[in-house]
Amino acid sequence: MTQHPFLALTESDREEMLRTVGAGSVDELFGDLPAAVRLQRPLDLEPQLSEQEVFAHLAELADRNADASRELSFLGAGIYDHYVPAVVDTILQRGELLTAYTPYQPEMSQGVLQAIFEYQTAICELTGMDVSNASGYDGTTVAADACYVAKHATGREKLVVTEATNPQVRQVVKTYAAGFGLEIVEVPHRDGTTDPDELERAVADAAAVIFQQPNFFGCLEPAPELVARANDAGALPIAHVDLLSLGVLEAPGRYGAALALGEGQAAGNFPSFGGPHYGFLAAREEFIRRMPGRIVGETVDTAGERGYVLTLQTREQHIRREKATSNITTNQTLLALGGLVYLTWLGPQGLREVGETCLSLAAYAKQRLAEVAGLEVAFADEATFKEFAVRVGRNAREVVSAARELGVHPGYALGRDYEGMDDALLVAVTEQRTPAEIDRLADVLAEVVG
Amino acid sequence: MKLIYEKSSPGRRASVIPRYENLRAPEVPSDLRRSEPPRLPEVPEFELIRHFTELSTRNFGVDTGFYPLGSCTMKYNPRINERLAALPGFARLHPLQEEEGAQGALELMWRLQEILAEVTGLDAVSLQPAAGSQGELTGLMLVRAYFAARGESEQRRKVVIPDTAHGTNPASVTMAGYELTHVQTDARGNVDVDDLRGKVDEHTAALMLTNPSTLGLFDENIAEIEEIFHGAGALMYYDGANLNAVCGISRPGDMGFDIVHINLHKTFSQPHGGGGPGGGPIAVRDILEPFLPVPAVVRRDDGGFGLDFDRPQTIGKVRGFTGPFGVFVRSYAYIRMWGPRLREMSETAVLNANYVLARLKDAYDLPFDRLCMHEFVVSARSLKKQYGCTALDVAKRLMDYGFHPPTIYFPLIVPEALMVEPTETETKETLDAFCDAMLEIAREAAEQPELLKEAPHNRPVRRLDEVRAAKRPVVKYGFEEHPQPDAEQASAAQSPSGV
Repeated sequence: MTQHPFLALTESDREEMLRTVGAGSVDELFGDLPAAVRLQRPLDLEPQLSEQEVFAHLAELADRNADASRELSFLGAGIYDHYVPAVVDTILQRGELLTAYTPYQPEMSQGVLQAIFEYQTAICELTGMDVSNASGYDGTTVAADACYVAKHATGREKLVVTEATNPQVRQVVKTYAAGFGLEIVEVPHRDGTTDPDELERAVADAAAVIFQQPNFFGCLEPAPELVARANDAGALPIAHVDLLSLGVLEAPGRYGAALALGEGQAAGNFPSFGGPHYGFLAAREEFIRRMPGRIVGETVDTAGERGYVLTLQTREQHIRREKATSNITTNQTLLALGGLVYLTWLGPQGLREVGETCLSLAAYAKQRLAEVAGLEVAFADEATFKEFAVRVGRNAREVVSAARELGVHPGYALGRDYEGMDDALLVAVTEQRTPAEIDRLADVLAEVVG
Repeated sequence: MKLIYEKSSPGRRASVIPRYENLRAPEVPSDLRRSEPPRLPEVPEFELIRHFTELSTRNFGVDTGFYPLGSCTMKYNPRINERLAALPGFARLHPLQEEEGAQGALELMWRLQEILAEVTGLDAVSLQPAAGSQGELTGLMLVRAYFAARGESEQRRKVVIPDTAHGTNPASVTMAGYELTHVQTDARGNVDVDDLRGKVDEHTAALMLTNPSTLGLFDENIAEIEEIFHGAGALMYYDGANLNAVCGISRPGDMGFDIVHINLHKTFSQPHGGGGPGGGPIAVRDILEPFLPVPAVVRRDDGGFGLDFDRPQTIGKVRGFTGPFGVFVRSYAYIRMWGPRLREMSETAVLNANYVLARLKDAYDLPFDRLCMHEFVVSARSLKKQYGCTALDVAKRLMDYGFHPPTIYFPLIVPEALMVEPTETETKETLDAFCDAMLEIAREAAEQPELLKEAPHNRPVRRLDEVRAAKRPVVKYGFEEHPQPDAEQASAAQSPSGV
């Protein structure tokens, strides 16, 4: 058999090494394994492929997917087709960053450590918070992490979640909450947003309130009011936000949120069929010692020079074990670095402009679709950001199928998650869409619905 | 080196954003509108590239050199995997695309599930968990759901963990709402079976075990352990962090384990990215399949692939969508480039580890004198006692020789532990150079201990004060304490990178 390209030992290397070890064969090295647990046959896997064969095989699989380069798509619902600039790919492919482990040895890892410190700074700037961790898995799990913080910070056992929060976030929080011993109460939306009075009635004795801004329907919640009601009841307000909205929408720290978090994908990551992306998680200073996951801090070396290290590690599982603030170890550092590079590329002006372009294009789309007979913009009185719901007068999943036949994916069918919304589509418009593409969406929907 | 914020100057930018002046942007209600812009960096594109390129030169990866970080399996990451994950058909595919528009992605996931079932010797796989520790937590949720379905959830509250376990194990136990039972390690480095017998009963829900353990030793009593747990009606969880030792040689399912997580970023070569992403799929015995997270990726009767949400006994979702798909692309491609030869991967990893161990065991203390699996633990206890040089000092000195240090001070039961995992990557020449450095460092400890205590000497920074960082945490840039630097100075300041 030919030498495998990912291996290096020659026959004579192997012989010499076995001699040094004092073993007669490689098989002898596995002498501690009882015969009963040893596999007595080769693994039943397809034969080895060469690099060019594996490329051909996976390229063929990729060709069978209708991605955003092959289909005009208005899908959003938490994952968005924002532009990812070339600088992101270039930096993330630097082998020194790509192929490093978690920076346990800071003198070997100043590059990643400083980058995380810069990332934490950017997240704090965007959210108006004091401390950010180095990332969580995604926008759903950081919400569950925040509930763990809230449970321990308040000692309470109830969790309030608005129904207009991303359903995937609610589902993941629910899965985790059972182990945390938290009971969940959902506050329904009223015409697309949350009623602060209704929230207030639910929030007594709650550890936290999770809401989303803009919410899952794209509508702007009365966020400052929701936060005030939560704070009045001693519940921690947790804001689930879109980083790309924070050039035009207020930072949650400014209106009193205790924690701010969300899915970072929109800022610097490709959709990639759901991951890997990064979840960001930031908090007010008082929660710094309850934060889950890695945090990088500034310090000095023995010569007095500035440097960076993983810090406050007594919170973490490798030190604190069963009393840790979370079990997380591997996070999403490379994707968060993509976020930092992207946010640096944008700068404050670019961030505001992306937000404004999304606002303009989405408003144009709303207006164009409102003109199509048979379509009706849902929650039409509410301000929205880059996404909005539209009623299509028949089963929205059928409309999706019919529109895809014409080469346009018109959006997410809300009936999957909300009762009484089988005829509703959630339409997302990023800065990657053009007015001409929006016109095409309107034409296709007119044909399908009309 | 300056922070990117210290290279920033108002008005500079790298991006041009499409604008539509003829479209009217709606007003954001004033109470919801951003009041002050975030202080993101303002730099041109070339300064951005130079900044992050310079950061990369201050970092060390597998691409830079030997990285024997125990328990982390720092192997080579083939570049073709990066090209594949970046194909638009994968990278630009939306996770809520209709099944008919995602057949290639679903097929890839289904095929990976089949492979992982074969490698682990189990029946069903969920790819959803985002990393090993989330796989653990998901596994414990399955345990809870399984016993709830049998009416035993109140009775079975305890999870048994050996003292060699990764810290994630006990942390996951608490997060899943279980109580811990600790079990000791015996004189040969196996789980102490006598200790175990007294601790497993009708209140036990599960065992969490890493095998080979974090000592790099395969538990010789695995059959007996299996009898104890299954005999008591409890389940067995396999922490797959060390799966790289046994692919094609021994399968967790055949050892008796009911649930396994697989670290795709270790055994199956997803690059670790300086801290992540990872992937933590779980494989389970058929009795646990009904409880797996939704949606399940399934092959339909018509030969196509789909997502099945209709699993009434599911624990729910543990992460968004169906998991970190880009990681699956890389790991699937990686495994296909081995095929059944995965066995050679593990055999070589074990040979490399034993060779390095054989060369080092006279110079360092060896807590358990056995052949090792894919990694081993030695101790700097004697160096500390005789010369005052600790495992930390040895680790820092290794940097001067151009190697990433091993994992240190873990597992906790070995004082001054140095945990070395060479992986199957590496030439014999590299392994020899590392061994020579380790032996030289042991000599230096005797002759010039300050060389170790003051190390590293040639990294971008000297030894860093971690106590200070924790005592007075500075976790973001203090704009207020650092007035905006003069613009000209900022762009001219190309300070050498401190070497």
